[in-house]
Amino acid sequence: MNDKKWIVLGLVIFLALFLSPFLYNLVTGAKAAAMPEVVLTEQAKAAKQCVMPTEFMRTEHMQLLDEWRLKVVRSGLRDFTNAEGKTFNMSLSNTCMDCHSNKADFCDRCHNYASVNPYCWDCHIENPQGEKK
Amino acid sequence: MLELALKGSKSYWIWMVALLGVIGAGFVLYLGQLQIGLGITGMSRDVSWGFYIANFTYLVGVAAGGVMVVLPYYLHDYKAYGKVTILGEFLAIAALIMCLLFILVDLGQPMRGLNVFLYPTLNSVLFYDALVLNGYLLINLVVGWNVLEAERNGVHYQKWLKPIIYLSIPFAVSIHTVTAFLYSGLPGRGFWLTAILAPRFLSSAFAAGPALLVLLCLFIRKTTKFDPGKEQIQSLGLTVAYAICINVFFFLCEIFVVFYSQMPEHMDHFKYLFFGLHGHGALVPWMWSSMALMVIGIILTVNPITRKNETTLAVACVVIIAGTWIDKGLGMISGGFVPNPLHEVNEYAPTLPEIGITVGIYAIGALVLTVLYKMAVGVKEEVRG
Amino acid sequence: MKSSRRRFMKLAGIAALGLGAQPVIKAIAPASENGPQTQFSQGPNALTARQWAMVIDTRRFKTAHDLEPMIEACHKTHNVPHFEDKNHEIKWIWETHFHNAFPDSANRFTSEETEHRPYLVLCNHCENPPCVRACPTKATFKRESDGVVMMDMHRCIGCRFCMAACPYGSRSFNFVEPLKGLVEKEINLKYPRRMKGVVEKCTFCVERLAEGQMPACVEASGGAIVFGDLSDPESEVRQVLRENFTIRRKQSLGTEPCVYYIV
Repeated sequence: MNDKKWIVLGLVIFLALFLSPFLYNLVTGAKAAAMPEVVLTEQAKAAKQCVMPTEFMRTEHMQLLDEWRLKVVRSGLRDFTNAEGKTFNMSLSNTCMDCHSNKADFCDRCHNYASVNPYCWDCHIENPQGEKK
Repeated sequence: MLELALKGSKSYWIWMVALLGVIGAGFVLYLGQLQIGLGITGMSRDVSWGFYIANFTYLVGVAAGGVMVVLPYYLHDYKAYGKVTILGEFLAIAALIMCLLFILVDLGQPMRGLNVFLYPTLNSVLFYDALVLNGYLLINLVVGWNVLEAERNGVHYQKWLKPIIYLSIPFAVSIHTVTAFLYSGLPGRGFWLTAILAPRFLSSAFAAGPALLVLLCLFIRKTTKFDPGKEQIQSLGLTVAYAICINVFFFLCEIFVVFYSQMPEHMDHFKYLFFGLHGHGALVPWMWSSMALMVIGIILTVNPITRKNETTLAVACVVIIAGTWIDKGLGMISGGFVPNPLHEVNEYAPTLPEIGITVGIYAIGALVLTVLYKMAVGVKEEVRG
Repeated sequence: MKSSRRRFMKLAGIAALGLGAQPVIKAIAPASENGPQTQFSQGPNALTARQWAMVIDTRRFKTAHDLEPMIEACHKTHNVPHFEDKNHEIKWIWETHFHNAFPDSANRFTSEETEHRPYLVLCNHCENPPCVRACPTKATFKRESDGVVMMDMHRCIGCRFCMAACPYGSRSFNFVEPLKGLVEKEINLKYPRRMKGVVEKCTFCVERLAEGQMPACVEASGGAIVFGDLSDPESEVRQVLRENFTIRRKQSLGTEPCVYYIV
């Protein structure tokens, strides 16, 4: 078993690489990134609640949008009525982004933190009110 | 068994490194395509399928051609082919991997490729094509690997392989029939809307596949200690002879139907390919060359003297591969799309990046084929001592 | 010993596959309803039909210039990009000649008037669409609710099989990033763009129909285009069809196009 030294060396290198993020933080004394703070627009603050309760939107807005697009594109239905009886037009740009018109301070904050890159805005207009980014 | 592919001469490794280089270049070009879009190819609104799909269609034929060794051996007990079935199966694997890669690089949204399986659409031929191509690849992998391993260990292959081997025969026919159905069921494309498209695809496949196998067998005999056998190569040559005759006959049937009926809708595509239409005729020299090559191929393979001579047989195979590639690769796609449904002529030619990516994929196929063949030959050399 | 370790590995593999399958299927399965209290409906102003259809009175147009308002209206409303490279052209509706629009009806000797008249061509939203048959993911599909042959840009894999299948050449592909062909300030902010790598075509302005408006080209045509429900015998389209001789493109193919032309 004269490979022992290579195996041990390999293991050491592997552990060093694998634990390198933690070692880096240890050395530089970095702290965990803070929870992202999202900024609500005046319009959003005035509305008090989104199309669904805030907790629901926080955890399941992706599923909601998924369902909205199925209903709009495939079933031809455009109006969504929530449990409180309020009706909304199911449109990412014209409903969601119209109210939350500050994508960089709202949507992007959490998305960047979670390293998520939704491609919705490749097509859907992110500033329907025409503001400069 | 893969370790057999890791031992090789200097020229073997030079070949492998060269292939990796070509693959690398093709990959970089593909990254460019992912970034910019399919606009880097020569495809257009009118000719919306091009070099990628053309090569895909051709290689499905080559993959199906492997059945021409499997069928006589397993179904009709033609013992001589026992030595070379593995070569046919491994060629099918390499060809199928290339097919799947060509489809992948042709997709506008390849990340969504799995949608074909997540939303199965039973009326879409493309859905079935995806199924049978992957199915046939799996069959060949399972059968080829296990039969080769059994040969290496000096035992008969497992009994449960037999039904799968039998299944591979209708599967081989189906992959090319389904691919032909992609084209022949479209009401707006007169060039493809012909019942003889599927038989023509198959006959072209059964000429091209075995022709490539003949060349590979001759190469293996020259460079390794394994000799696929004179009888085997001759039988393959005879298969090629029949298939290429039938292919050209089917083509002449199409010519008759189109030009005797004198229907402009159908004639126009052939006119574009062989004589040019509205001043556009980029493919004219290619199509006539393809015809000439196939006729030379017929003469050389049908004539027993030139078929029995392995040098002339090799020339015949090269000529047939070239002829069928032009016919199925370039002619079929452009012929279907030009003129467009509004009777306008917009020609197509592949761009350099498109060709680069294509060559890269061929290099991947060559790499897979080299590894698998090295393995197979290694086993046979081992067993025969 | 050997065979039982092999057996163990086999069983472990199958078990892992089985345990792994359930969460994967759950993740891929379509989103569940958001609760019994939520509802989906058509808007109060939405126009409905069993099968939308269009009748174009070609007699009203004299030159290609006359068709420009319709084409402009459509392409501007829907952010259809314009490219210099003809290969990458995207068009939802455009102008052509008689023998291009109707290649199987063109006579050798036609009336001069018909010869010089411009014809507007677009997706015919066929009743028996070959493109829908071809699509492997149902990214293009015939909507149950209104007969529109719709595009689901989210599902399209860009295989372009539908483009090969369409007998009318109605479909366009995004060969490059559409933004490259759009002028920033002219973008209609009320309608999305598309991404590269997907197919697009006329959708009979379903987003306008949902708001009670006629399609953009119909509105811009000054009455030359009539739009309505083909299945309703009392609709305007049916009336126009009763009173005028009309032809459709490539009728012999059995696609049953829903765009009629008064010639």
